[in-house]
Amino acid sequence: MENLALIAQVQGYTAIALGLIIGLGAIGACIGIGIMGSKFLESAARQPELIPTLQGRMFLLAGLIDAAFLIGVALAMFFAFANPLLARFG
Amino acid sequence: MAAEARLSSTEYITHHLTHLTVGHGFWALHVDTISMSVLLGMITLGLIYSASRNATAGVPGKGQAFVEVVVEFIDTTVKEVFHLDRSFLAPLALTIFVWVFMMNAMDLLPLDLPGKIAGLFGLTHWRAVPTADANTTFAMSLSVLCVVLYYSFKAKGAGGYVHELFTAPFGSNPVLWIPNFVLNLVELLSKPVSLAMRLFGNMYAGELVFMLIALLGASFFTFTVGSTVGLFGQIAMGAAWAIFHILIITLQAYIFMVLTVVYSAMATEHH
Repeated sequence: MENLALIAQVQGYTAIALGLIIGLGAIGACIGIGIMGSKFLESAARQPELIPTLQGRMFLLAGLIDAAFLIGVALAMFFAFANPLLARFG
Repeated sequence: MAAEARLSSTEYITHHLTHLTVGHGFWALHVDTISMSVLLGMITLGLIYSASRNATAGVPGKGQAFVEVVVEFIDTTVKEVFHLDRSFLAPLALTIFVWVFMMNAMDLLPLDLPGKIAGLFGLTHWRAVPTADANTTFAMSLSVLCVVLYYSFKAKGAGGYVHELFTAPFGSNPVLWIPNFVLNLVELLSKPVSLAMRLFGNMYAGELVFMLIALLGASFFTFTVGSTVGLFGQIAMGAAWAIFHILIITLQAYIFMVLTVVYSAMATEHH
């Protein structure tokens, strides 16, 4: 019975951690993409002839910004389905 | 893959996250990862080779035009970043881009299809996306590290490179040798780690989301209202995520390729 309570506690804390990982990561990635997108549109309006060059760079950076968030999501999903912290209870 | 009668959702996902492994400990080989990546490499090589064999100077066919577009695109990208002789780096970049793209594209196959086909041959597990295995991405990024080191030695010579390692950011005062070296070491090692983790994290997360979506319609055979909604939800969300994923897989292959070129270009710069 005591073991069950411990398992529930670990699961509860893990669930909170998953929410924090995904939520904070999403905030960061969204702010980053938003700033970059607005700057891209600004510079595209200023110098339309640079759009092809800037577009390539923008997608590159979008992937870089997204990557940290997606690594976080992958980690969170890993903890959701194969929680190594729970494995200690057998 | 889920040939066993009824799996719980956690079991379904854990099953899909298990590699077909041979051996134990250090020599545990992921057979599915290795064979899929080699197979995809062969297919890609074959396609490009046949396009180059049948190339004409006249009006190109669709295959030749496509290969030409890809090759030209990679060549311009490399030319913009890397200013020395690119007869080695441009083909390397092409290989990385096409190969990573093909391995990532396995994410778009129906989730259970590769496992079912492997099941016909009596195999219990089969993960179709080689880049969703950290072993593949780290193998590739460590190879890239070797290329970067090669360019460092080639551009600066052994003495010059060691000199730079110990004196580069702060200066050549002997007191600063150790901090310089530690900083350079961290910079050097963070490159393959970030390259590999970026690709692995993206593909792993993408695969997991596909699995979660696949679970939506899993209870359809109970024929309740909720299960029907789940089935249509699976179709709609699966389509949406797959379309979004086409962007991600191309982007990640492109980023891996561009960063390889950028790191090599940085290695050839003198301080």
